[in-house]
Amino acid sequence: MSEAAFTPLSRKQMAARVAQDIPEGWYVNLGIGIPTLVADFVPAGREVVFHSENGVLGMGPAPAPEDADPWLINAGKQQVTLVRGGAYVHHADSFAMIRGGHLDLCVLGAFEVAENGDIANWATSANDSAPAVGGAMDLSAGARRLWVVMEHTTKEGAPRLVRRCSYPLTAMGSVRRVYTNLAVLDVTPEGFAVVEMAPGLTLEALQARTDAPLRMAAKTEGSL
Amino acid sequence: MINKIVRTMADAMQGIADGATVLVGGFGSVGQPDALIDGLIEQGAKDLTIVANNAGTGRTGLARLMELGRVRKIICSYPRSAGSVVFEELYKAGKLELEIVPQGTLAERMRAAGAGVPAFYTPTGYGTLLAEGKPTAEFNGKPCVLETALHGDVALVQGLAGDRWGNLTYRRSGRNFNPVMAMAAALTIVQVDELAPLGTLDPEQVVTPGIFVDRVIHIPQAA
Repeated sequence: MSEAAFTPLSRKQMAARVAQDIPEGWYVNLGIGIPTLVADFVPAGREVVFHSENGVLGMGPAPAPEDADPWLINAGKQQVTLVRGGAYVHHADSFAMIRGGHLDLCVLGAFEVAENGDIANWATSANDSAPAVGGAMDLSAGARRLWVVMEHTTKEGAPRLVRRCSYPLTAMGSVRRVYTNLAVLDVTPEGFAVVEMAPGLTLEALQARTDAPLRMAAKTEGSL
Repeated sequence: MINKIVRTMADAMQGIADGATVLVGGFGSVGQPDALIDGLIEQGAKDLTIVANNAGTGRTGLARLMELGRVRKIICSYPRSAGSVVFEELYKAGKLELEIVPQGTLAERMRAAGAGVPAFYTPTGYGTLLAEGKPTAEFNGKPCVLETALHGDVALVQGLAGDRWGNLTYRRSGRNFNPVMAMAAALTIVQVDELAPLGTLDPEQVVTPGIFVDRVIHIPQAA
């Protein structure tokens, strides 16, 4: 059986698609990987304030080599800058911003997202020899909205949008929306609702790459 | 006259006992008190519990302390990072006990210790492996996990400037865990880049007031 040709989004296109949905005025934490790229695609002039868990509110892009500052890094331990209006806080205050519901949005990568909004993104098995959680659990449980951006399937083609996560959970029922290289999906009380698909892709072809059952979202459903 | 400034590393490290819980500031290498860690290596205390966000990289600093067999247990959020070879060797060999704590819970457990709060409920980690065996309760419909305060016998802290009362400022993202660790330990030892005469630090700029600090040693950083 042959499928109609379709064009998956690149990593940059996925990041750009997320950025399109972030309105002016939001306070946003971006995780490591594709989420970090999102900042590059927020249109100039739209004021969005980026938070880094290590105590930076108002994080800017990587510095020019001559402005490199070893004392100013992000959660991925890369050198960054501070925007005009930015501030430094200590770790307990930084996580008060997270846990206290002050962040409008957190965007994370994941191994799996379940149709009930569970997210697994920190350990690949319960016997992981030395797992590292960092701030993922705090961000997943604490931000006002959690969006996930990830490839729709594993490299081997196994679905990552699942009925129930098989990897150890990071948080229960937290994910609001998922952006993949194939689709944008909302997590609803009735499971995944497809908001949009990559050009040329059919719902049948998307379903074939998804473990959890899918349905198209009603036009009025897509609230952020 | 109150004078918390000590002149030698031996004076700074005096009295750290075997079996101590030592809080070590920093996020990766930024804000990490490297000179004090070297001082602790020299001082010789063993059977230590180390609380730090990361578990050291390369074979110097925290990694060296672990490699020398002086660390019994490490409590951290993100032990595995590029170059954490010593941690991985020791952990795999069963020679190091590991307690993984979500990063915000780690910070809050120390803040609570410093603030006299013995335990607190948090939504972080509920329903995950890291909450197994911990009491839970629901507040306003939100299920939460009970976490306990994390006290240090010693905190090793890096500040930017400090005075003889122990008032401290920090440098950019080097602040990170340092202020909460300074609050949470019975003995707080600080390395500062600059010594400030008393009264010259702007009171509005002091992040850690001297009440939380016991010893200050001047370790000028390479620019």
